[in-house]
Amino acid sequence: MNRTRIFSRTALAIALIGWLAVILGPYVVMLATSVTPNEVLTRSGASLVPPEISFEGYRQLLTGTAFLSYLRNSLLVALIAVPLTLAVGTGAAIALSRFEFPGRQAFMTGVLVAQLLPAVLLVISLQGQLRAFSLLDSRIGLALVHAAFATPFSVWLLKGFLDSIPRELEEAGRIDGASSSQVIRLLILPLLGPGLVAAGTYVFILTWNEFLYALTFTASEATRTLPVGLQLFIGEYQIRWDLLTAGGVLAVVPVIIGFLLVQKRLVAGLAAGAVKG
Amino acid sequence: MSLLEHTSSAPAPARPVRDAPARKAPRRFTHREPFLLMAPALILVGVFAGFPLLRSLWFAFNEANPFQGITAFVGLDNFTAIFRDDEFGTFVRNTALWTFGAVGLQLTFGLLGALLLNTRFPLRGIYRGLAMIPWATPSVLVALMWMWILDPNHGILNKALMGLGVIDSPVALLSQTSTALPTLIVIDVWQGVPLFAVMILAALQAVPPELKEAASMDGAGRLGVFRHVVVPAILPTVLITTVLRLIWTANYIDLPFILTGGGPGTASTTMALQSYVTAYKGGDFGEGAAYAVTQAVVLAVFVVLYVRLTRKAEIR
Repeated sequence: MNRTRIFSRTALAIALIGWLAVILGPYVVMLATSVTPNEVLTRSGASLVPPEISFEGYRQLLTGTAFLSYLRNSLLVALIAVPLTLAVGTGAAIALSRFEFPGRQAFMTGVLVAQLLPAVLLVISLQGQLRAFSLLDSRIGLALVHAAFATPFSVWLLKGFLDSIPRELEEAGRIDGASSSQVIRLLILPLLGPGLVAAGTYVFILTWNEFLYALTFTASEATRTLPVGLQLFIGEYQIRWDLLTAGGVLAVVPVIIGFLLVQKRLVAGLAAGAVKG
Repeated sequence: MSLLEHTSSAPAPARPVRDAPARKAPRRFTHREPFLLMAPALILVGVFAGFPLLRSLWFAFNEANPFQGITAFVGLDNFTAIFRDDEFGTFVRNTALWTFGAVGLQLTFGLLGALLLNTRFPLRGIYRGLAMIPWATPSVLVALMWMWILDPNHGILNKALMGLGVIDSPVALLSQTSTALPTLIVIDVWQGVPLFAVMILAALQAVPPELKEAASMDGAGRLGVFRHVVVPAILPTVLITTVLRLIWTANYIDLPFILTGGGPGTASTTMALQSYVTAYKGGDFGEGAAYAVTQAVVLAVFVVLYVRLTRKAEIR
């Protein structure tokens, strides 16, 4: 009995470590490569433990390429897209969670379905539309597209969060004569903080990582975001894996930190989005 | 696709006006408030997703290019052209293999991962967070990491396989016709399994323990409890996640676009990728849209399935 228990515990531990190794392995390789001198890489290829440490890849990335400009663009797009999505998403979420109105079910279905709009189809006509608005090759234009893309799921996430906040307080507020805008401002929004953090992180990850729209709608160093920049680097610096992986490390750190900070709530929201309406 | 058109461009103010008299309004403006609250979101999504969707659909029936927009109405010519293309069968086959292959494997490993995560072990919260990192990683970075791991000359995989004596000379997995698409699928599975696992885990944790206890008191073994209690309880989540992933994966082109460009030849070209390539590399917006619309029509079946499953889960 005891022996089978030890056996199953060992098997579990091996499975857990194995799984994590498969998931995190590529990141470890990337990190190790980014601090390996380029001569070592071209001579003997990648290794998990670099024989010498060098930050030359990082130095050249930051001083000799447009990386910092791409980083700035990504931050700026996120800085516009995240608050915009949260503002419009909160309104819609409050409407869907707190009001009964004709067509509510249709809008709920709309939110569900809008999450599934194929970017490959939209991208074809969006280019001309953005050009007509003078928003092509513009960080604001890209941010607006990202915000529109992220809004349905954010509404979903925020509505789920609102549904879990009891309404007694608001009903009491109503009885005391508060107007709807007062109820929203004074009673709902203060409680929505954690939900906004989760939704905001989701939007941040989406806009930080988004590739297809960014690739199609930006055309210059002044507007390209990190994913597009990295993709260009792949073509440009094919044999400079130290530099490429350094760019990768720097690009992924913000999302990983953001994600790990709110993962519990975000995952709960993701799961709720899939489970219930 | 009729649902899509309806919902993303639904004119907000039209409905309440018509329906308002039917309801007893307790206060003035009550009916207007939810629409005012939703208006900004509706405008944003309508302008940057709803309208472009309709316009792209229209492109599929016209001759159009990136510089002049629509130049002539051609009816179904774009569709006949893509169906007659010698490679059309290849695109369909690749799309099916890519979509069902990747999602099938994600489901299998996601379920195993969820069961693994559902056992009690120290530092489980941190472990779960780390296990989700690929989900938050930019697809370009996923492509870059794997490109380097699979690099035939200096990559760690070829080095390891040669060291172990499995292969004699380096293999360029991404540039061989027979291995390009399977390799892309494996990379997509790597990226997609964590989300699957965590979704199923959430469903597993929502199974009431009393139910499991009751079943085992009634004499069900561990496998019996799993089959008769756990599986029915997590089935809605599993189905919804699977349908959602099928739609996402069919439309997901980042990995093939960056890693193989659809090649060698068309060995790893899916419908969605062909749509993008036709539109932006070939400069033919009409045919590009036709590829995407064809796929969207097929996927509409899954969209309907998704909505119905979600509604059902909500009622439960």
